[in-house]
Amino acid sequence: MKAFTVSKAVTAVMLAGLVLLPLYSHLSGNIFILTLFTRIVILALAAASLNLIMGFGGMMSFGHAAYLGIGGYAVGMLAQEGIGSGFIQFPVALAASALYALVIGALSLRTRGVYFIMITLAFAQMAYYVASGLARYGGDDGLTVYKRSDFSGLINLSNRTQFYYLCLACLFGVIFLIWRIVNSRFGLVVQGLRSNEQRMQAIGFPAKRYQLVCFVISGTMCGLAGALLANNTDFVSPAVMYWTRSGDLMVMVILGGMGTLFGPIMGAVVFLLLEEFLSQITEYWALIMGPLLLLIVLFGRGGIMGMLGRVGRG
Amino acid sequence: MLLVVEQFLNGLQFGLLLFLLAAGLTLVFGIMDLVNLAHGSLYMMGAYFAATFAAWTGSFLLGALLALGATLVLGIVLEMSALRHLYGRDHLDHVLATFGLILFFNEAVRLIWGPAGLALPLPVWLTVPVPILPGIHYPAYRLAIIAVALLVALLLYLGVMRTRIGMLIRAGASNREMIGALGINIKLLYTLVFGLGAALAGLAGLMQAPILTVQIGMGENILILAFVIIVIGGIGSIRGAFLAAIFVGMIDTLGRAFLPNLLRQVLSGAAASTAAPALSSMLIYLLMAIVLVVRPEGLFPANRR
Repeated sequence: MKAFTVSKAVTAVMLAGLVLLPLYSHLSGNIFILTLFTRIVILALAAASLNLIMGFGGMMSFGHAAYLGIGGYAVGMLAQEGIGSGFIQFPVALAASALYALVIGALSLRTRGVYFIMITLAFAQMAYYVASGLARYGGDDGLTVYKRSDFSGLINLSNRTQFYYLCLACLFGVIFLIWRIVNSRFGLVVQGLRSNEQRMQAIGFPAKRYQLVCFVISGTMCGLAGALLANNTDFVSPAVMYWTRSGDLMVMVILGGMGTLFGPIMGAVVFLLLEEFLSQITEYWALIMGPLLLLIVLFGRGGIMGMLGRVGRG
Repeated sequence: MLLVVEQFLNGLQFGLLLFLLAAGLTLVFGIMDLVNLAHGSLYMMGAYFAATFAAWTGSFLLGALLALGATLVLGIVLEMSALRHLYGRDHLDHVLATFGLILFFNEAVRLIWGPAGLALPLPVWLTVPVPILPGIHYPAYRLAIIAVALLVALLLYLGVMRTRIGMLIRAGASNREMIGALGINIKLLYTLVFGLGAALAGLAGLMQAPILTVQIGMGENILILAFVIIVIGGIGSIRGAFLAAIFVGMIDTLGRAFLPNLLRQVLSGAAASTAAPALSSMLIYLLMAIVLVVRPEGLFPANRR
């Protein structure tokens, strides 16, 4: 194991860039870039949570955007009902996501492979339709969050810089947690189940229980991203749960490198910057993005982290 | 009574339409082991082709035939240029690559046909209501959809169970390497199956087009229904897809039609009218959840090994 590798260097530069970004934004007076990167950091958090079950756990969830919606609606609905305190909103968002993950996971984990991909997709669509039917909370049109979560003087979410650092802190916290999980006994069991479930069961591990716990942890993390996202856009609508959003999250994970700690952040940064960049060149950016995805799948094994690793080995 | 018969036929019609879509999906999955999210895009392309060709030729039937051919060709080109390279890869790769194709198709349609939807007008002889029972009339076009879809289902069954090509397809589904070793041109067979699936999706799209507007993204919602169907029916099983499609079509249509009234008898008016739309769109997903809890492999698993 070498101390210095290309992928490590690139990761370090990227993380330093994320930490120093508000400074750049402040000096250059470019406020837009801070707003853009707040979104990127939040979606990187969602992608990292998906990576925990997809990359390390081998559970290909195609309905991860549902948690973005659940976390967001928890904040939006409580705000609508006059409960503005973040100390209530955020725990409720996390608990709701965990509960949803527990129910969905218990049902979905009875299946495997492509059935699992499809059943998670179908459940997320179900959540989407439920949100569309919430007439009291805007239905199809979505719900405007008039006041961001109030942390009573501890941190002011309406301040761009403070909010950005809150999101970044959440992202680093989640990455740290994932790192601890992956290297714990629990994490090793989950990774063992990814490689060979039958063998792990034969040794005596209750496979489904381990996978379900991992699934719930991941969903709860993504619910946090949802609560942050609703605060960022001051708005939550069923569209955040639409299945293409789940697809976007999957793409970020694969693009960055599945099963690597920092890959999802890399993937989110590259994917969202590319989307931003292409949409500035042409209105028809998806015309380029679509085939690009196809090429990445066909030729870019292991995502960006994999490619950097190959560069490092020469 | 009138309403019940009408909704029953609507459910049957919707179910048969879903079957056309699900059959292609399940064939491609059963034989090539390929998860094709872009199947909904082929459905959309069928509808756009039909609207365009019908406007050119001035004839609905001619337009529909041309559109069918065009989706077949499109499917074959798609298979040869892109999807062929995905066989044998991880399912996740399929999902991502075909997700990219959806983005591409949606954007290409926006570029060519513009963001506004198209309409596909029906010829007069298909718009008249037909008496089916004394005192009950039903639109001729919906009856025509039922007839065409049933005919296609029958042809598909005979084609797969009674012809040489069908035999090869079934053989390919149960053991890929073996039929290659026996000197069958697998590549050609795969291309053919994919083209067939594309044509079925295109047929579903062009038949649905006069009922709904032809618009971008029309294939996505119905694609998810088709996935639900093949999961319920058992992936790779055409018989399962047929039964599950009718079942899902019925439950969805009847649920939307009668659930609000049923709920109103149990709940108060306001609560019922908010709960009903959400509950009726959830029905089929609940059904799927129940099926998967009881039989994780679907109702009719294609090949047990």
